[in-house]
Amino acid sequence: MLLVPCPWCGPRDEVEFSYGGQAGIAYPADPEALDDAAWADFLFMRDNPKGPFAERWNHVYGCRRWFDVVRDTATNDLMEA
Amino acid sequence: MRRLPAGGWVDRSAPLRFTFGGRQYQGLRGDTLASALLCNGLGDAFRSPVLGRPRGVMTAGPEEPCALVEVSAPRFDLIAPATMVPLVDGLAAAAVAGVGRLPGPGVEAPGAQHRHAHVETLVVGGGVAGLGAARRAAMRGDRVLLVDERSWLGGTARSFEVVEGLPAWAWVDATAAELRAAADVTLLPDSTALGVYDAGYVVVHERSRPVERVWHVRARRVVLATGAHERPIAFAGNDRPGVMLSAAVLTYLDRFGVLPGERAVVFTTGDAGYLAARALRQAGSPVVAVVDVRLQADAQRRARADGLQVIAGAVVAGTEGAGRVSAAVVAGADGARTRLEADLIAVSGGWNPVTQLHRAIGGGLRYATDRSCFVPDGGPDWISVVGAAAGEVPPTEPCWYVPADDLSEHFVDLQRDQTVADVAAALGTGLRSVEHVKRLTHIGTAVDQGRASGALAAEVVNQLLGAGPGAQGPTNARPPWSPVAYHVLAGPFRGALFDAVRRTPIHPAHVERGAVFEHVGQWMRPWYFPRDGESMWDAVLRECAAVRTGVGMIDASTLGKIEVVGADAPVFLDRMYSGAMSRLEVGQIRYGLMLGLDGMVFDDGVAMRLGSDRYLVTTTTGGAARVLARFEEWHQTEWPGLRAHCTSVTEQWATIAVAGPSAREVLRSAGTDVDVSRAAFPFMTWRDGRIAGVPARLARVSFSGELAFEVHVAGWHGRHVWEALLEAGQPFGITPYGTGAMEVLRAEKGFIIVGQDTDGTVTPDDLGMSWIVNMRKGDFVGRRSLRRADLLRRDRRHLVGLLPVERDELLPEGAQLVAAEHARASPPVPMLGHVTSSYRSAVLGGPFALALLSSGRERFGSVVYARTGAGTAEEAIAATVTAPVFYDPEGARRDG
Repeated sequence: MLLVPCPWCGPRDEVEFSYGGQAGIAYPADPEALDDAAWADFLFMRDNPKGPFAERWNHVYGCRRWFDVVRDTATNDLMEA
Repeated sequence: MRRLPAGGWVDRSAPLRFTFGGRQYQGLRGDTLASALLCNGLGDAFRSPVLGRPRGVMTAGPEEPCALVEVSAPRFDLIAPATMVPLVDGLAAAAVAGVGRLPGPGVEAPGAQHRHAHVETLVVGGGVAGLGAARRAAMRGDRVLLVDERSWLGGTARSFEVVEGLPAWAWVDATAAELRAAADVTLLPDSTALGVYDAGYVVVHERSRPVERVWHVRARRVVLATGAHERPIAFAGNDRPGVMLSAAVLTYLDRFGVLPGERAVVFTTGDAGYLAARALRQAGSPVVAVVDVRLQADAQRRARADGLQVIAGAVVAGTEGAGRVSAAVVAGADGARTRLEADLIAVSGGWNPVTQLHRAIGGGLRYATDRSCFVPDGGPDWISVVGAAAGEVPPTEPCWYVPADDLSEHFVDLQRDQTVADVAAALGTGLRSVEHVKRLTHIGTAVDQGRASGALAAEVVNQLLGAGPGAQGPTNARPPWSPVAYHVLAGPFRGALFDAVRRTPIHPAHVERGAVFEHVGQWMRPWYFPRDGESMWDAVLRECAAVRTGVGMIDASTLGKIEVVGADAPVFLDRMYSGAMSRLEVGQIRYGLMLGLDGMVFDDGVAMRLGSDRYLVTTTTGGAARVLARFEEWHQTEWPGLRAHCTSVTEQWATIAVAGPSAREVLRSAGTDVDVSRAAFPFMTWRDGRIAGVPARLARVSFSGELAFEVHVAGWHGRHVWEALLEAGQPFGITPYGTGAMEVLRAEKGFIIVGQDTDGTVTPDDLGMSWIVNMRKGDFVGRRSLRRADLLRRDRRHLVGLLPVERDELLPEGAQLVAAEHARASPPVPMLGHVTSSYRSAVLGGPFALALLSSGRERFGSVVYARTGAGTAEEAIAATVTAPVFYDPEGARRDG
């Protein structure tokens, strides 16, 4: 079980968190300006690297705050983003 | 097989009584069940699971493949190796042939406790290496937890060994005493580390206490001092009772004072076998010969000088005996065969460092040629492996199986009764990978999870394929390291503690009224309120009729409620909902859909504008938590600048819906200062005031299509107001109704339940609810997706109504819908959709249903078939497709 570094509460057991996928995918400023392909790219496509990966976590059974961490997907080592 | 007059760590003055297979026996304090069985002549009392061959105790540890028992007292255990069951007075056990048996009904699974621990250093294994590591950590000032699956500390330390100048056992005692005296050091024998997980999380199963315990340990450092298991060698008849690993022979002699045979042959691939040979001879048991696969070795010369007979460059090729071994057949370097009478064959095929915990958390393996075994390699930096587990084991000549024409009695996995011939057959099918061979032969999948057989199986594969030793390693390892019963992992979290149960403030009133409850998420809600002798449908239809013709009331407190407060609350809600919540006047209410980014319906509910900067939004009963989470996610991650706060107030409010033509009279009669008249209190507005003497908020919303008021009061007033409304409603025949009637009433009106009529693939347009989507107000979550090509297809599934052609047939919810030409066809047939909701109805004169149907709005008036069985024609029910609003489509009833 991962030890997730919540920036507000400190390291806590993974079971207190929910996972939010890749970090840094901003909601487009004007979605209506995107064509179907660009919108689908935003909606569905995510990176899947082996190695460091910036991702979102939510301390759902804690302070309920969202935050980003960098996880090495090969070793599961977590670092503060 | 007998107890020696002296020696070992057993207490000869403390006899313990136990039963085995229903008969009484005696052992000593300090015994395991296996050692007690051996000195009672019961070491051979086992059978193999598939072939039914006689089997005996082969090891003295957790790798035991043969001596499996069911323990019935003092604490039930489905299946355990006798080598790992500490003998206690009153123990009752029986042999099992590889497959455990669940206790019958009525046998309560013993409970287990769970506890958490945080330490700097966790040591797995209490042998010399583990105790040394624990001592070093304690001297650093670490909090230390040391666990060992055996009931004693010291592991396989031998009385004749010397550690740091002390006899090994004395060193173990002294070190353990030192550790027990240290602050923040805990020693846990009889405790198995089941698995090592990310970030130093280790799950430990402690068995020595009256109530078993599961420890959830978070350790900064984990030291694996798990030792090494001796490896068997595959030769003809190597499964016969009396064939025992040499280290086990030593353990029974040295620790338990038990002589496991009267006349021994030792078969060894290194120096280890000589330790057993000397110990046997010292205990008075003649050693006929040491059969050593090596052509020459120093150990051979020393043994000969001591008067032991050594046969160098030889192997044990077979065994003889009726049941137990009576002779070993030795094949010499020249091929000549000699028959040696013996009732014990002590086998040493080398050592397998116990690396399973390490491998399961990402550690690798490296083949060590000199020791003919895999040793740990790499792994997380917070794990260190020490001692025999790290590969500190004696050099060994590789010898996996003894070549022969017939390999069908060369056993590799004794728990699966799989032989070298079976491995060869698996390779004959074309398999090459050890992992594939495992899946075909099931080697390594039994209770012992391949501890004794895994490395051997891999090397047998290598040898049969003509690859060198170590070409393929053993199969992957996964937790748990030892089998563990589910009831132990479940611990106290079962029955009433399995999940939280939420009850409304009015719940006791429903219980007193005899409600039948259903679980909605974690909530318990009244399903219906049966009167004497009423069936479910009788009660539901009576409750529906009351709402349609008089008045009913339902406890709607489970409705999710969220207050959204702040100057930007209107903007925020405009972005979260399909409707323009910012355009609501204070006092108004609007229904809205909440969409996912993909444009699919996520939840629905109403928003009440309480003030310029304040809204109360409601959610579905099951959706409250995920809606609040969705609000928080968008607010925190996309629009942190919006001044809005979201607070769950579900449990602060009790909500009672009063529905039916007489609803106004009931409220007036209950005493309210709110003018509930048609003119003063329009549909989709709310008013603050008092009812039955307490502050209340009344809202005119309707989920039944009838005139209805939601009465919101503080949670602690819920029961009082429920009783007051019930009393005030008596003259009007007020009828409490449950979720059963609520569902029928809403479905008659074509009102959806998110999660029942939708499933995450349904858009507002699919539901015929484009009217609720405001495309003029600007962006909101999901808006852009509504233009995606796939969401504009004409053959999407639409919400429709279904009326069974035979008017008394109830369509099963979930039934697949097909076209007439496929009503009788064998599957597979094209499926046009499925039934989402199906009920009986009094006002409609029979059953009806809602369904999602491909191009459904173009099929009104046509007939589809609901397939209800495996494909026979009788099991298809014909139904006419209709619009999904069955009752009062013009909405004439909502104002009473």
